[in-house]
Amino acid sequence: MSPEPQAAPLAGPAPLIDAHAHFLHPLGGRADWEAVNAARLRAGERIGIWYHVASILGSWGFSSPVYFPSPADVSAGNDAMLALADAHPERIRAYVTVNPNHTAHAVDEIGRCVARGAVGVKLAASRRASDPLLDPVCEAAARHGLPILHHIWQHRTREWPSQEISDGLDLATLARRHPTVWFILAHIGGGGDYMHTFPAIAEVPNIVADLSGSGVDRGMLDEAILRLGAERLIWGSDVTMETGLAKLMGFEAIRLTPEAIARIRAGTALRIFPPGSFPRVERESNARASVAR
Amino acid sequence: MIDVNALIGGYPFRYVPHPDPDVLVHVLERERLSGAWVGHLPSAFYRDPSAGNAQLYTALASYAPTLRPVPTIRPDWPQWEGALEAAQRAGAPAVRVYPMHWGMGPHDERLLGFARACGDARMALQLTVRFEDLRQRHPLDSAGDLTAAAVRALARAGEQVRVVVTAAGREMIEEVHWGLTPIEQRRVVWDISWIWGPPEDHLAKLFRTIGPERFVYGTHWPLRLTQTPRANLALLPNDMGSPVLADPERLFA
Repeated sequence: MSPEPQAAPLAGPAPLIDAHAHFLHPLGGRADWEAVNAARLRAGERIGIWYHVASILGSWGFSSPVYFPSPADVSAGNDAMLALADAHPERIRAYVTVNPNHTAHAVDEIGRCVARGAVGVKLAASRRASDPLLDPVCEAAARHGLPILHHIWQHRTREWPSQEISDGLDLATLARRHPTVWFILAHIGGGGDYMHTFPAIAEVPNIVADLSGSGVDRGMLDEAILRLGAERLIWGSDVTMETGLAKLMGFEAIRLTPEAIARIRAGTALRIFPPGSFPRVERESNARASVAR
Repeated sequence: MIDVNALIGGYPFRYVPHPDPDVLVHVLERERLSGAWVGHLPSAFYRDPSAGNAQLYTALASYAPTLRPVPTIRPDWPQWEGALEAAQRAGAPAVRVYPMHWGMGPHDERLLGFARACGDARMALQLTVRFEDLRQRHPLDSAGDLTAAAVRALARAGEQVRVVVTAAGREMIEEVHWGLTPIEQRRVVWDISWIWGPPEDHLAKLFRTIGPERFVYGTHWPLRLTQTPRANLALLPNDMGSPVLADPERLFA
């Protein structure tokens, strides 16, 4: 069932931006890091992903915890991420990852990495989203016009080990304090109860939800569209690209309109990331607009 | 290609859109699947699944042979032998068991004896590792995931035993497979509905190390998107060609 390398993209030729991707690097302690990165690019080609917007979370647990990375690991991970973006300017964009517990470092890191091309901020689960400690990070994002991708546990009913989890209500609290910043609520399919998330963020218009995660529950996409609308959804894959592709296939099965599909595939990303982040998509979009005129 | 992991009926812990056999038939056509082994989802939560089996047989009767019933039978329930004979008469290719829901440990002799009886009747034993991700479960959904020890014990229960395990991930599959002798390994097949694809490429790794002949196609409909296993196979590395999965209809060949 594998297509030939030259086959048409499985998700079609239209622009597609993966707003939630990750790469590995040598300091992460995995011998197969290059193979995993290559697999993402290979699968991206097959699916038809135009841009991977990606982050590296410190050392991925090797020398400090994944969700509580040390400042040194944060910087090393960001350097590796920026190097990947530099090596693949036609298809990789970088988030700058920060740990808000080290506030000054976080703010400095945003400035340093934006100067090298980062297009967004990645917050993992180092501090609950509603905590005032995140405010300086959000203010830095606002200054640079960057969206913030925030790791989310859909409906936190208790604390879980290895992360200080936040849910939709926590992110809504933060987003209301920073109405000029776009927030991306991470992976509605990435664990927890997404049905809690939709009403939690429905009335906070500067939050969009990404569709990534290994979860592919039937009904999840339908509810996301019904509760938030396509203009508040953004496509992503996180660490399971096959579920990302399945969701794109699922749009057709639930008869989503081409306009709504286009918004989720790329339109929302074009709207919330800094202008110039995705030049190939912007050219395509401008060309289509010109034809329409 | 047959979907070995389909169900009809509602789920107690969340709304599931139209889990009905007529819809399933349309989904199979869309996915270009020739048929499905179909269980009755509510029966997993019934103390006595007998009434659920009757509903299943009735609901699928007009869709034979595309949809084949896979009833649920409790090995710890009186007169299970009669239920097994009824399943055989109904043309069931397999029987679903839920040892975690019934509080049965991996070495429960009633379960192992039932597995042998299924094998003698040339019916596979179908196991479900999980219905939902652990992180989203309702507080009352406390059964927990099926253990690898349970699968190993069943695979060792007898020569005629055949086990179809659904909704397992790479770690469990490897733990079971490499914890069995080569003969025992051949008694177990795994559906691909919950195995990760790229970039970690768990499915590709399992095909390379264990072999595609130990895997069958499963979707976990109506709980999960049926497109997922199709997407997963389509994203295998080019050098893997087109792996041939096991034919679930030939488990006893």
